[in-house]
Amino acid sequence: MVVKTSKQRMLEFFAKGFRLDGRKLNEFRNVQVETGISPNAEGSSRVKIGDTEVLAGVKLELGTPYPDKPDEGTIMVGAELLPLSSPDFEAGPPGIGAIELARVVDRGIREAAVIDFKRLCITPGEKAWIVVIDIISVNDDGNLFDAAALAAIAAVKNCRFPEISDGVIDYKSTTEEKLPLNEESVEVTVHKIGGTIFIDPSLAEEQLSEARLTVAVTKEGDLCALQKGGDFPLVEEDIYAMIDLAVEKSKELRKLI
Amino acid sequence: MALLAKEKDILVPGEEIAKGMDYIPGSGTYRDKDSVVCQRFGLLSLSGRTAHIIPLTGKYAPKKDDTIIGIVADVSFSGWRIDTNSAYSAMLNVKDATSEFVSKGADLTRFFKIGDIIFTKIFNVTSQKLIDLSMRGPELRKLEGGTIISVDPNKVPRLIGKNASMVTLMEGTGCRIYIGQNGLVWIKGEPDAEVRLIKIIKKVEEEAHTPGLTKKIEDYVNEIKKEAKKV
Amino acid sequence: MAFTRPDNRKVNDFRDIEAKAGIIKRADGSGYFRIGKTVAYAAVYGPRDLYPRFLQNPQKGILRCSYNMMPFSGSGERVRPGTNRRSREISHVTEKALLPVLDLTEFPNAVVDVFIELPQTDAGTRCAGICAASIALADAGIPMRDMVSAIAAGYIGGTALIDVSKEEEDYAGGMADIPIALLPRTGEITLLQMDGIMPKDQLKKAIMLAKEACKKIITVQQKALKEKYGRW
Repeated sequence: MVVKTSKQRMLEFFAKGFRLDGRKLNEFRNVQVETGISPNAEGSSRVKIGDTEVLAGVKLELGTPYPDKPDEGTIMVGAELLPLSSPDFEAGPPGIGAIELARVVDRGIREAAVIDFKRLCITPGEKAWIVVIDIISVNDDGNLFDAAALAAIAAVKNCRFPEISDGVIDYKSTTEEKLPLNEESVEVTVHKIGGTIFIDPSLAEEQLSEARLTVAVTKEGDLCALQKGGDFPLVEEDIYAMIDLAVEKSKELRKLI
Repeated sequence: MALLAKEKDILVPGEEIAKGMDYIPGSGTYRDKDSVVCQRFGLLSLSGRTAHIIPLTGKYAPKKDDTIIGIVADVSFSGWRIDTNSAYSAMLNVKDATSEFVSKGADLTRFFKIGDIIFTKIFNVTSQKLIDLSMRGPELRKLEGGTIISVDPNKVPRLIGKNASMVTLMEGTGCRIYIGQNGLVWIKGEPDAEVRLIKIIKKVEEEAHTPGLTKKIEDYVNEIKKEAKKV
Repeated sequence: MAFTRPDNRKVNDFRDIEAKAGIIKRADGSGYFRIGKTVAYAAVYGPRDLYPRFLQNPQKGILRCSYNMMPFSGSGERVRPGTNRRSREISHVTEKALLPVLDLTEFPNAVVDVFIELPQTDAGTRCAGICAASIALADAGIPMRDMVSAIAAGYIGGTALIDVSKEEEDYAGGMADIPIALLPRTGEITLLQMDGIMPKDQLKKAIMLAKEACKKIITVQQKALKEKYGRW
């Protein structure tokens, strides 16, 4: 069941403090996190926010460290908005929607140093672990951004190193060793229509959204990534209000991972 | 000879309905030698000796005489292209939309513009699925404001109910309701009434196949009314 | 001496199977099929508008299938996202496996799109995809004269068997992998591939085993659809 209305009408609802599905402006739909859903992967997760569903998988590879960071491993984040998950997504290589999503999720994990890159190094200058995270949409009912970020973190936490023998990964044997993790970062995207800010948009709300701000938050409440999207500008006051809302709501998501 | 399934059985394509020549294959079924076989996922319905399937799923297939909720997708010189919530868009010709005289080359947006919602009737569908619409009819009109809900078109009969019983229950929320055969439902009321009605429509859609639904919805309507009074 | 299967299954045993319908709400129809650890999702969108125009058929709708394994789905290295020759061939034979049951005459100029994605692969993927796609097509209300069931038969160590596992696929002594899709009602075969070496009279055995297996697989597919309405 899809519900649509005009922007003007939606604002009339917002003025009364609720949305078309009866939720309050700062209310998440039901959020569910499952891990280990794809045992072939070194780490995996499924996140559902309402009917929006996203899978994330982590594969570990061996690579050469970047020349400017010879004692560090790294992450690579890719995302696919599959045509399986929405009539609006086309087949083919990732479009800008998927690329932006992947890069924003990447920054949230990288900048917060969720993974200790130095401990991913095996031989400085020669060999290090690369944590490759792939995020795949299965059903788009709005708010893929938050579902994707949460799924990535959950998959990273679920990840276990495979055995290495003679410098070659044996993917068929897993160790008990987790990735070297610091604190998780959590991302919340806040949207704005007219004068109202709100979180966790439904499909219709996302389509009418004028501007959005994705905020990644550390456990201490520091910001570790920001991304403004949408065709409309934001004034400073909006930004601070949206950040406050995101930081507040991030605590709820943090409990789930 | 043998009827292998009974009325209201849920059948899946390929399942045998009857053996022998006694039964006639109606819509959603086909004859394969001496068997009548299900061709669509749905409920078996027998009228006399004709077996047909009432589909449980599937996108809307535009039919002559259906009244639908359409959304104006484009404006041309002679009319409007209308999104019908199906694989095929429809044409509403200016002569079928108004009895006013409209001069050639006039700006048609003063009647309907892109995004407008109309309650309209299909008066013709060709084999190539070219669809003609008309606004001539007492109930047919442009619908201003409100909210559109898209439901499974196969659930529309349930949403209307026998003798419009279900839709009358829903109007008890204080909203105006127009239900299109194409699965689009337009509602308009006070915001809190609309939110309640959306919940009700969702429940009817989810439980359309269960018995005793009218009573369940009656109870649900009263329950929500009580909750609303508390707030 | 007959071949002993690494997991001790009998020649006509297939791994544990599970199926669901309607799990992707945005899609017009969807299916899920698991056999052993191989998992396939299928989503159907259609009938819907078809672009590019030159693909449109004014006499009936067309079917378009796409098969893909998710990057983290395999037991070895990560699979680079995107199509490759293998996935394109599988998409093509999947389409040929499903098309014969469909009646698309009511959908001129339109397309029925089927997307198959596997989050987890452990042999028998194209067959799992076809089983899931069949559920999805029925769930989408597309007129079909039958469902399609599929299983990977095999010939290993002198023995015909069904539901080849990954270990069996990699059997050092060599084997033949025989994916088969068929229509449960009539036994008509819509997918048949074989790679490996086998005596031709063993093919009959393999097909017979596949037909028997599909008789059981179809009941699980049917159940997935009927369960959606709480009635099985």
